[in-house]
Amino acid sequence: MMARAPWLAGLAALVALPWLAPSSYFLHIVILILIWGFIYTAWSLMGKFGLVSLGHGAFLGTGAYASGLLWNFAGITPWLGIPVGVALAVLLALVIGYPCFRLKVIGHYFALVTLALAEVARLSIVAARDLTGGSLGMTPNGVPTPSWFALQFADKRYFYALALVLWLFGLWVWRRVQASIASAALEAISEDEGAAAAIGIHVTRQKLRITLISAAMTALGGGLYGQFVMYLNPDTLSGVGVSLQIVFAAIAGGMYSMLGPTVGAVLTIVLGEALRVSFGTMWIGAANTIYGILLVLFIIYMPRGIVGLIVARLRAQPLPIRRPAL
Amino acid sequence: MDIYLLESLINGLLLGGVLALLALGLNLIFGVIDVVWIAYAELVMCGMYVVYWLHGFYHWPLPLAALLAILTVAALGVLLHQLIIAPILGSPAINQLLATGGLLFFLQSFATLLFGTDFHNIGLRLPILEIGEMSISFARLIAFAAAVLGAGALYLFLAKSFLGTAIRAIGQDRGIIGLMGVDQRRIYLLTSAIGGGLAGLAACLLVLQYDVHPFIGLSFGPITFMICVLGGLGNMLGGFVAAFIMSEIISVGGFYFSQEIGEVLAFVVFIALIFVRPQGILSRS
Repeated sequence: MMARAPWLAGLAALVALPWLAPSSYFLHIVILILIWGFIYTAWSLMGKFGLVSLGHGAFLGTGAYASGLLWNFAGITPWLGIPVGVALAVLLALVIGYPCFRLKVIGHYFALVTLALAEVARLSIVAARDLTGGSLGMTPNGVPTPSWFALQFADKRYFYALALVLWLFGLWVWRRVQASIASAALEAISEDEGAAAAIGIHVTRQKLRITLISAAMTALGGGLYGQFVMYLNPDTLSGVGVSLQIVFAAIAGGMYSMLGPTVGAVLTIVLGEALRVSFGTMWIGAANTIYGILLVLFIIYMPRGIVGLIVARLRAQPLPIRRPAL
Repeated sequence: MDIYLLESLINGLLLGGVLALLALGLNLIFGVIDVVWIAYAELVMCGMYVVYWLHGFYHWPLPLAALLAILTVAALGVLLHQLIIAPILGSPAINQLLATGGLLFFLQSFATLLFGTDFHNIGLRLPILEIGEMSISFARLIAFAAAVLGAGALYLFLAKSFLGTAIRAIGQDRGIIGLMGVDQRRIYLLTSAIGGGLAGLAACLLVLQYDVHPFIGLSFGPITFMICVLGGLGNMLGGFVAAFIMSEIISVGGFYFSQEIGEVLAFVVFIALIFVRPQGILSRS
């Protein structure tokens, strides 16, 4: 109970933020952090159980492009388009995940299969250039007046509300997963698959379920991101590049803690923006150069991420001596 | 048989040579040190820039520029091992994979910072061979020949020399090799240097055919990993064969559909084969 207070205060601050935000730019950054935080959380649901996917770009792209294409070519509202994208991403995850888990494709091999998936998605989007605009990307058709039907708003506060709900939903899923018996089963699987199977855990089913959840959430995040920035590009929404970006941000923040992936989003987006603003266009690449060095250092020296490190520090403090129970 | 199909078959074969060289280097690293250098293709990119600057910009003779590129990338390989791999040799495999992934980001962005995102070429126009109605690029022929020679030299080194034997032995049993009087650390460094050198050689061959830019690594890095896995990680002969299978799929697929569809086909074949033969196409187990 007593631990509730800071959470509620934080939530109240987040709800009040649009009216406190100093500028539209500030709000823009916070929205990006919430959406990407949600996507990184989705990835970490798999990552923390040793299912390192380098292919989440495929799900992201599926969500964003399904909705964008349906809107542009059939006039179907993103309220239907995004669920269609989510369904397609789940299907894709099923087609790849089931054989992977069934045939025990793990570790390096799983990472590389998913990497191939990300490239298949990117190349397919580029190849379908008549529809998708290829590498040049595409813009969802604008509407004259902002509307809920088109999921397009001139006022960023609408997107902020949507992104906040999405992000909170991500945290809720995280807690549900963590509290479930499946979490214990998945941890056992990540320790030793054979032993887990021997005590009666259905390895394929458990892995598949968390993969489908993760893929669905990633596609959902991709769909909303596409609506927010109103520009879809195969290189930033699918392929190896964004897939690795997801992995790294989640790891830098800490994929074993609920808020870790969000901290990863804050860190990477704020760092990226700060470097971009201070260096301007004079030194293109400076931001990512520093980012790359940090990533390597993170993985070598603090593989549990920032939040993981803080949690470990807090736990390492000497506990008050408890009286022996009588 | 369609003459243009034959042409794309031949081009696939020639492309396969360079891919095989890359796969050999990556497989050597994996077989001996047991890590996957995700940034391997970015090392190639570095080598291409070295050739571009020395030859295309400062007008050094090409062979000298190529030699220096090979040495530079070999040194980069050693540096990569010392700075990134050595501190995490005992960590979970996936951390090693990701650490070199961080290096991938770093190298791409650093190249962008230094050279910008412009495409550069070395300004060398090699003739095109006309055989019947087929046109085969001379640059690709040279690349193929050099790649096969490089692979042969690596084979002789591994099979005949003492150090080569030690390298192969360490890939088979990491624990016992120290008892045989082989310094594991030195072998790792040597292997990293050779792996880097092969990337450097591949860079010299690729720069004859392609423009260099900071993101060139992404266009053949993923396919190289697929080839290694398909051949069975660490299995050099398997990787060699897989390189030609994949390059033919890309080339012929590109002939019938489009370049991207060719690559999509290669990746799909890869995913399917992983399910059928996860241990690699040539593995006996």
